Amino acid sequence: MSAHSTAIGVSPKRGTWGGGNEPFKASYGKIMMWFFLLSDIFTFAAFLITYLALRVSYPTYAGPESDFLGSNEYWPVPELVFEALPFLHGVNAPLIFVGIMTFVLISSSVTMVLAVEAGHRNDRNDVVKWMLWTLLGGITFLGCQAWEWNHFIHGTDGGTVLTYVNSLNRIVTETVFGANLNVNEYGPPAFAQLFFFITGFHGFHVTIGVFLLFLCFYQAAVGVYDKRGHYEMVEKIGLYWHFVDLVWVFVFTLFYLI
Amino acid sequence: MLIQENKSTLEVQPRNEEKVKKIWKTAGILLAITVVEFIMAFTMDRGIILYFLFIALTIWKAKYIMMEFMHLGEEAKPLFLSIIVPLIFLVWLVIALMKEGSEIFLLRW
Repeated sequence: MSAHSTAIGVSPKRGTWGGGNEPFKASYGKIMMWFFLLSDIFTFAAFLITYLALRVSYPTYAGPESDFLGSNEYWPVPELVFEALPFLHGVNAPLIFVGIMTFVLISSSVTMVLAVEAGHRNDRNDVVKWMLWTLLGGITFLGCQAWEWNHFIHGTDGGTVLTYVNSLNRIVTETVFGANLNVNEYGPPAFAQLFFFITGFHGFHVTIGVFLLFLCFYQAAVGVYDKRGHYEMVEKIGLYWHFVDLVWVFVFTLFYLI
Repeated sequence: MLIQENKSTLEVQPRNEEKVKKIWKTAGILLAITVVEFIMAFTMDRGIILYFLFIALTIWKAKYIMMEFMHLGEEAKPLFLSIIVPLIFLVWLVIALMKEGSEIFLLRW
């Protein structure tokens, strides 16, 4: 293994300034992936901290849970907003669906790290097997998120009566169903705006991740990495995939717990 | 010809059972923390103490993901520091904007 990993650094195509040497005892690609992820952490941190700042600038719903009604005066309680399950209309299941989504994403992170471990051992069959499971987890998560968005946009059966400024700049009082960027039945407009932007941006990262996972799975399966002499690409794409999981852990806490 | 090219030239090493065991153990810890968070969300009163606990548990989970899954701990020390040190500034941003948000709250209500 050591003979192969040193071979990454001394590629004849890359000089010292092209990333050919190993400044941090890691390959060029891995270091660049780490710094890309660092910059992405800042982007997500900006979004998530904005959420936190707006969240504390509104009062929280304080009444009994059974009487909860959405209003643009106070921030909603997450377990009373996210309480639906697919195929089970009208069943009250607070946070169950998002719990399943979290479980799927963490599981796919586990299978990814197992693929990386197999890559260290140059075991093509194991890499292909675990990459396939990871891919499946990623696609399942995206499907779940699509349903979650769909439910959030269409809203509950009853809706909520709200007084708000509509898109024609008129103050209206009417029953609002679901959510859009202008008004939503659950809480202040900022609640739905931040939900769409942050989970959307995360979902976009997952989509790119699924694409990269498929590429990596395909290349591993046809033996590209065997020919190359090392499985470092699995490791790099693994870093990206774990990052997606890492961000979800924070999104989960801020949107669904706090 | 093509089949011959596709044949592995690398030596496949045996599974490192200890490493695999550690991965599953980490996964178990992550799931356990998430379950604890769930229980807390339904049993404890909302307020600053609960939010603080949620954020602390989340950072604890993030530590496991970065150290065990992303193997950041195994990287060279300078690389490790150049990833971790910038993140410390985010702590300040959290404090500053939480304060800002609560000031806006006082102005508005």
